[in-house]
Amino acid sequence: MTMTNPHPAVPIGINPDTLRTDGPPIGSHPVLELDEVTAFYGDYAAVRDVSMTIAAKQITAMIGPSGCGKSTVLRSLNRMNDLIPGARIAGRIAYHGQDLYSRDVDPIEVRRHIGMVFQKPNPFPKSIYDNIAYGPRVTGMKVDDMDALVHDALVSAALWEEVKDKLRTSALALSGGQQQRLCIARTIAVRPEVILMDEPCSALDPIATGKIEDLMFELAGDYTIVIVTHNMQQAARVSHRTAFFTADVDADGVRHGRLVEYDQTNKIFVNPSQKRTEDYITGRFG
Amino acid sequence: MTTVNTVIPAGKTVSLARRRRRPGEVAFKLALQLCLVIALAFLVGLISYAVFKGWNRLDARLWNNMPTGIVSRADRAGVQSAIFGTLWVMALVALICLPIGILSAIYLEEYADNTRWYNRILELNIQNLAGVPSIIFGILGLGMIARVIGLGFGVITGAIVLALLVLPTVIIASREALRAVPGSIRQASYALGATKWQTTWRQVLPAATPGIATGAILSLSRAIGEAAPLILLGAVTYIRFNPDGLTSRYTTLPIQIYNLLKEPQAEFQELAAAAIVLLLVILLAMNSIAIIVRNRFHKKW
Repeated sequence: MTMTNPHPAVPIGINPDTLRTDGPPIGSHPVLELDEVTAFYGDYAAVRDVSMTIAAKQITAMIGPSGCGKSTVLRSLNRMNDLIPGARIAGRIAYHGQDLYSRDVDPIEVRRHIGMVFQKPNPFPKSIYDNIAYGPRVTGMKVDDMDALVHDALVSAALWEEVKDKLRTSALALSGGQQQRLCIARTIAVRPEVILMDEPCSALDPIATGKIEDLMFELAGDYTIVIVTHNMQQAARVSHRTAFFTADVDADGVRHGRLVEYDQTNKIFVNPSQKRTEDYITGRFG
Repeated sequence: MTTVNTVIPAGKTVSLARRRRRPGEVAFKLALQLCLVIALAFLVGLISYAVFKGWNRLDARLWNNMPTGIVSRADRAGVQSAIFGTLWVMALVALICLPIGILSAIYLEEYADNTRWYNRILELNIQNLAGVPSIIFGILGLGMIARVIGLGFGVITGAIVLALLVLPTVIIASREALRAVPGSIRQASYALGATKWQTTWRQVLPAATPGIATGAILSLSRAIGEAAPLILLGAVTYIRFNPDGLTSRYTTLPIQIYNLLKEPQAEFQELAAAAIVLLLVILLAMNSIAIIVRNRFHKKW
């Protein structure tokens, strides 16, 4: 075993041989297409001119330093940003070709197809069962057997074995990692096509993080996943594709996020085309 | 640049011994305790005086018998009509002010856009209304509700005015409770495709219920202790029947106590003291329920 790193661009902690190479080429099977998207908070453009496509049944990671707008972009994909007063979007985000921000689109319907898992586990202060059943109930899904649906969602989220005897107890009694898997199960229960994950492991310990990452591999067979993460190793471990964002300071001293590079994960981490990306992933620039 | 050497050389000891007493610390602590003792001493004094003075009348006569103004029957007088009047008023106040107050709080907290000037004016005025003296509400009730609207001087008029009186408190307490529900719960609900109404009704409101209940009970206990507005609104003293309808004549415990205390005879004074004890028991019971609700359903997020 040699100590020299054969790939000088690769930071410590990422083994280039494990990077996923099984994704289809960029641009194929698009589910979400972003075209010159600029996200504003009031008059402030938090992130500018983002164009990228998100492919079906792939894990797409968004990485970059704090304040680069990656979470803003993520939240604009299912119109969760609408909930922030003053937030708006310029450009076009299309979901299967349909403009998500057109006048006749109902954000409630959008979120039924594009679910979200948050940074901090946020189970409802109700039983585990009711946490899962809530989504199908409020969305008016036709459910013949709610017990089976709850079972399936918990199995899919690799939580069933741990909670099968306490479905009626409070979700708040679970550990942080279990709560986050419950939140994933809850999202799966409404059968979305896309799951957005906003730093889903940043509040968890390494073991709980490992379980969530395993779960993401499992889910990628059925769902399209977009994950924002601060953890480059995590992006390298789980994703097929990686988008690297950064923030530039303009002439007035205001920071604006932008997308630097978007490509297959193995390309981003082994052979990035942009100097900025290479500096970031090798830790020369944070 | 000079460097400061903070390393203590080997062999040298550091004194960690307790220094002399700090008189300022001690004096401040004593002052705090003194304030508490003064407040408690008055309260305990008042309650024990009432219990002592009303002791002979704290029996079934109090709630079985009706009030009387006739001195020769003073030893047989009770306050039953006042107890029932208080219960009627309290129930009606709850029915009127809780739905209006809680729904107003939901509007202000969940729906209103706080950047709009009219919502800010609404907020400011609710705060102001909470500080308006209760007698002003009594005058308003007399002019508007009893006379202009023509509801007269029955129990419903008194209840409407007391409901208006405590409405700002209910709104403010309910808003506090709604605000304490973390935004992450709302976000989780929206992310599952829930509407605003579903999110508010199924997640936010149940989570805020303990806080709202606490505020509501405390507001109601304020309402049943009120006498001033009811004096203007037809609560009369010597009523020998219980309310039997919304427009029935009525009296309440505070009014009854106020009028009994005006009588010179010792029997009436004793009866007043006993009625005060009864009112205090009701108030303490309501406050205890509020505390139990708050502790029992208190949620950690």
